[in-house]
Amino acid sequence: MALTGIQIFKLLPKTNCGECKFPTCLAFAMALAAGKAELDACPHVSPEARAELSDASAPPIRQVGIGVGDYEVRIGGETVMFRHEKTFFNKPGLAILITDAMDEAEAERRFAKLSLYQYERVGLTLRPELVALKETGNKERFLNLVRKACGMPYSIILMTLDAALMKEALDIAKERRPLMYAATEENYEEFGNMAKNYGAPLAVKGQNIEEAATLSEKLTGMGIKDLVLDTGQRSVRDSFYDQVCIRRAALLNKYKPLGFPTITFPCEMTDNPMKEVLIASAFVAKYAGIIVMSDFEGETLFPLLLQRLNIYTDPQRPMTTKEGIYPINNPDESSPVLVTCNFSLTYFIVSGEIENSRVPSWLCVMDTEGLSVMTAWAAGKFVGDLVGAFMKKCGIIEKVHHKKVIIPGYAAGILGDLEEELPGWEVLVGPREAAHLPAYLRMWK
Amino acid sequence: MAFEIPKIRYTGKIQEVAVGTGKRAVRVGGASCYPFYRFEGEMPNPTRVAFEVWDHRPEDWQEWAVEPYKDVIHDPVAWAKKSIDAYGAEVIALQLKSADPNGMDRPADEVVRVVQDVVNAIDVPLIIWGTANDEKDADLLRKAAEVCEGKNVAIGPVSEKNYKQIGAMAIGYGQIVMASTPIDVNLAKQLNILLGNLGMPDEKVLMDPTTGGIGYGLEYSYSVIERDRMAALTQEDVKLQHPVICNLAHEVWKTRESRLKREDDEKLGDELKRSILMESITAMSLAIAGADIVIMRHPESAKLVKEMIGELMK
Repeated sequence: MALTGIQIFKLLPKTNCGECKFPTCLAFAMALAAGKAELDACPHVSPEARAELSDASAPPIRQVGIGVGDYEVRIGGETVMFRHEKTFFNKPGLAILITDAMDEAEAERRFAKLSLYQYERVGLTLRPELVALKETGNKERFLNLVRKACGMPYSIILMTLDAALMKEALDIAKERRPLMYAATEENYEEFGNMAKNYGAPLAVKGQNIEEAATLSEKLTGMGIKDLVLDTGQRSVRDSFYDQVCIRRAALLNKYKPLGFPTITFPCEMTDNPMKEVLIASAFVAKYAGIIVMSDFEGETLFPLLLQRLNIYTDPQRPMTTKEGIYPINNPDESSPVLVTCNFSLTYFIVSGEIENSRVPSWLCVMDTEGLSVMTAWAAGKFVGDLVGAFMKKCGIIEKVHHKKVIIPGYAAGILGDLEEELPGWEVLVGPREAAHLPAYLRMWK
Repeated sequence: MAFEIPKIRYTGKIQEVAVGTGKRAVRVGGASCYPFYRFEGEMPNPTRVAFEVWDHRPEDWQEWAVEPYKDVIHDPVAWAKKSIDAYGAEVIALQLKSADPNGMDRPADEVVRVVQDVVNAIDVPLIIWGTANDEKDADLLRKAAEVCEGKNVAIGPVSEKNYKQIGAMAIGYGQIVMASTPIDVNLAKQLNILLGNLGMPDEKVLMDPTTGGIGYGLEYSYSVIERDRMAALTQEDVKLQHPVICNLAHEVWKTRESRLKREDDEKLGDELKRSILMESITAMSLAIAGADIVIMRHPESAKLVKEMIGELMK
């Protein structure tokens, strides 16, 4: 069981020295209890207290960083089994496999895919983050791939079981904090020492979940903190079970040896690229830290990135779209004007239906703090005077000749107030459901 | 230290519901564990894929969605038969689109003739999905329940507004209802209670929690289904122990990202494969959350999802 802030406070020096960057020991204790601080920040805690606290204060699943800079991938650090219980924090990193058996052109193509397949959505960039470089016998070629990857910003996974080769690769890529894959029963001591010397995160690969736990315990014993788990299972079902069991063991049983993020390999589970994406989607939902794919294409990657965005959206915070005027289907000065709220789901659905209608239109999106039309209306954020003021200042008046605006059917109640706020304008009540917009717009004159 | 898989103690079980009659009837639900967690409980029935068939030729489908059905798309009976014979459909979901007052608004009597033709032509279970317009459905689905007497079909969506009219007919003709609520655990529970009070047997109720497609609210449906399942299985919430159905095909295929062609946006890649994956990832995500029936469109999406479910059920 985790300790409460007060229980932790009792074990601290209570000197309020402030060296931990918190004003008081109590504030530090609270931060520890919330998993927002590390005990190491306190230089004065007694060894006995440290022993007692370090167990209790460490987050149940370690957050591990791979790579540096813009492409750093943080995985683990999760605190719940189900996203509705709080949120999932760190989306799984997506990796493309590049092996030493591929020819130059193919490797180039794969590296290029990481910069090509990037998608803007709700102010975020959806993109894959990692290259998994795999040695299959051609050491020189493998090291060349490592050199090449170091000239690009993506995070790197180094896949070889050969300790000497791993050392050479680390010498090339050490600045990049690559993930070493993998420590096994045979090589863990050498790999552990390298991970320590180079400060690189280390994946362990067991034959099964028990062996992965045993290895992680041994490596933790060597003082290594940043581990990633592979249970070695390559059937969809068994790997899926392991993801669930690892998350549970860490969160429910506080079982330390499994308190790490995982790495999964849909690329080794099927030869069908379509099915591989579905396998990956199951691991997005259930707990993978890294997902290694055999290849990416726009049609396989985009849906997966979209699902990852959905599952890792914070349910406590609505997604919003930027306030402003959105032209759809190339509108001109005589095109209809619609106004709606800035809940991003509303925006996507409304703009999608307008697009489906093929009617050129102006969509004015007003900042309602991410509330949907009905909720915003009930909360007084989508009412006549506010919508009116927004229409005047947003700039739509300069874009059209007419003075007509369509409001959502669910906001019909603001009609009178809005007309008062916009003298000379005709306020039209649109349909309640976005699905009925195409029919409505096609009749618009 | 020996490692033991931490197991959840489940106290509840999902009601098992049989849809259809005879040899090809399909059972759904019956689980006493979270979806596919068969290392710690029973999941006697796999998630089922229902193939959608429209009651009228669809106007605005992508040509690559029409393609597998192009020879039958004008004829609901032939369409349903092709889905079964050529694509292996185990369940047909007839979407009564043409009855929608915001669309063609075909009279209920006319549409019900289509229902009758389809139900008499097939031997797999039938799901009948109305217009989601409360008044129209009250009339339409009551008549549908009547013409399908003895076929044990599922009818819906049934809402708080029309559950009495439709529910009474469903009870009278021994049909199953799909209780539909807008992404909310408490509303779902309440409608199930109301249906129970009306006399609807527990083994005749499926839940429709409202489905959002990938990129368009999938996460809301995903989490409400997980919450329903959690309440049903671990909090002894008997009134939520019903199988879940997700009518997802239209939600996915109407989106912008399933309509754009490769030439519109090179980065989105091949339109056919992309929309198949958008549909099958939506189905897979909902199945993992707890959907017991997923209504799908493209035969390739259905095949992929069935294959994945097979892998997880091994």
